[in-house]
Amino acid sequence: MKSRVLKHGFLLLGAAVMAFPFYWMLTTSFKSFLEAQSYPPTFWPAVWHPENWIEAWNFPNTRWPRSFANTIFVATAVTLGTIVSAVLAAYAFARMEFRGRGVLFSIFLLTIFIPNEATLIPNFVLMSRRYLGWYDTYTAQIVPFLASVFSIFLLRQFFLGVPKELQDAARLDGAGHLRFLWSVALPLVRPALITVALINFLASWNSFLWPLLVTSSPDLRPIQVALLPFSSEAGTQYHLLMAGASFVILPTVAVYLVAQRYFIEGVARSGIRG
Amino acid sequence: MAAGVLTGRDTRSASRRRRVLLEHAEAYLFILPAVLLVGAFDVLPSVAAFVMSLTRWGVVYERFAGLDNYRAILDPAGTRFAEFANSLGVTFWYVLLTVPVEMAIALLVAFVLYQGTVGRGMYRAVYFMPYITSVVAAALVFEWIFDSNFGFLNWILSFVGIGSQDWLREPTGVFELIAGGVGIQVPSVLAGPSLALVAVSFFTVWHFIGFQTVIFLAGLTNISREYYEAARIDGAGGRQIFTKITLPLLSPSIFFVFIIATIGAMRAFSQIYVLTNGGPLETTRTVSMLIFRTFFERTSSNGIGIGTAMSFLLVLIVVAITFVQFRVAGRKVFYD
Repeated sequence: MKSRVLKHGFLLLGAAVMAFPFYWMLTTSFKSFLEAQSYPPTFWPAVWHPENWIEAWNFPNTRWPRSFANTIFVATAVTLGTIVSAVLAAYAFARMEFRGRGVLFSIFLLTIFIPNEATLIPNFVLMSRRYLGWYDTYTAQIVPFLASVFSIFLLRQFFLGVPKELQDAARLDGAGHLRFLWSVALPLVRPALITVALINFLASWNSFLWPLLVTSSPDLRPIQVALLPFSSEAGTQYHLLMAGASFVILPTVAVYLVAQRYFIEGVARSGIRG
Repeated sequence: MAAGVLTGRDTRSASRRRRVLLEHAEAYLFILPAVLLVGAFDVLPSVAAFVMSLTRWGVVYERFAGLDNYRAILDPAGTRFAEFANSLGVTFWYVLLTVPVEMAIALLVAFVLYQGTVGRGMYRAVYFMPYITSVVAAALVFEWIFDSNFGFLNWILSFVGIGSQDWLREPTGVFELIAGGVGIQVPSVLAGPSLALVAVSFFTVWHFIGFQTVIFLAGLTNISREYYEAARIDGAGGRQIFTKITLPLLSPSIFFVFIIATIGAMRAFSQIYVLTNGGPLETTRTVSMLIFRTFFERTSSNGIGIGTAMSFLLVLIVVAITFVQFRVAGRKVFYD
């Protein structure tokens, strides 16, 4: 009994610390400027100011709709492209015979251990006008992320689990690989597909350093990068800053709460992405 | 007859060969997009990074420079060396302040959750939530919590008698601060990591605990119940079961998290960029931050050369640490 109370006390305290920043962000975003700056702080807005969100949304020199559209466009393109390239490659690695399969797969796995720092500068140079000329374009934000070794690895594990008999039966019926992949294998690995889609979408939604480096026009920048000038212009108006942070955080939290299982299982299964 | 059989076999094997060839060709088509992309944006740049580190390259490529960049970074008399050594020290502190803390808390939470409590799924969801939030936006929230005048943290700490701190802008070492609080002067070598670095580490721990908890929980769930039953039948107590069964069988997960967390901390960038931008007085300038700064110093005409050389050195250091981890800790890992 006593240990049970202790256990829940510990878990609750931990959960409170983990959740507090979210709570603090939301409540601050609805306080007046003066109340946000009051000391001692208040735990609940004395008067609710939903108009803070409108003010933050219409903040001078900030174009949230545009930044959101950019992020959604880039993240969607990255997710769709990654799924196509990863499904094809993962299927080939799991289910097809070809020369060099083992070597190629090892090279793919090795790239997981190459830290971003090492490839960041060369990739940046690669984007410049001298080489690809992708600097300050959507292409630069999308194409380098269209292949994900992590996704290939995860999907391959699932394709390996598809019974061989099914493939033999499909072959007897005259179905080729593409046909079998589309109508038999893919439906069977749907949970993995959802996990891969969610993780890639989230990674693209949250990506910051790369778009910061390869874009310069505000019209092309995603929300993560747009948040910086907003935060420096809003200065210490924390009620507005917290509204801005909510814009960026809440969509992902909403998706997460709906599809939690897929996120957590994806990480639990092979949490290579650290 | 014999000839007929032969030709029959010949055509059959020829058609078989053609089928195999076709299958190979189809497989190559399947992997082509992934190979091109991984090759262009992962493999090629890794090689290019090393080549670029051997050049003098600022805004534009100037000339081949051999090992000059490495010499500049590793020459103890030079300013590059001072910068690099300082940021390496900051990075090591950062690893020490985050990895053990994250792992200890995540292990504890995973154990308690594993034992089965009401609302386990809900707890897991809450602990994991920071991991999916954007580092940039969450850092903004922490900036507000850390605020020196109206921040929540200072307010809550005032109840236990800790005075207001300027968390993200305090360059003084924490050991120096703590010792100073009770009136002891410490020599500067013992000053410890800056308060700002501790604050950044706190944020990192918050952000990554959920990830580690989920991995540990999955590891614990994978341990077969039979081991526990057998141990109980043999009369093992709770502590014995924990040290002789749970820990060894969980060790692959622990080792995996240890490696991943260390590599991640050695490379930390975004949270530092947003929270402190490397300051105050460069006490939070990790190697990744230094590389970023060097790269963007377009004034010094060799930003890319020095930057890539530093990143290559960082990779070497990370690989060396991982190797040591495998040699020292990897041996204790028990595979079922």
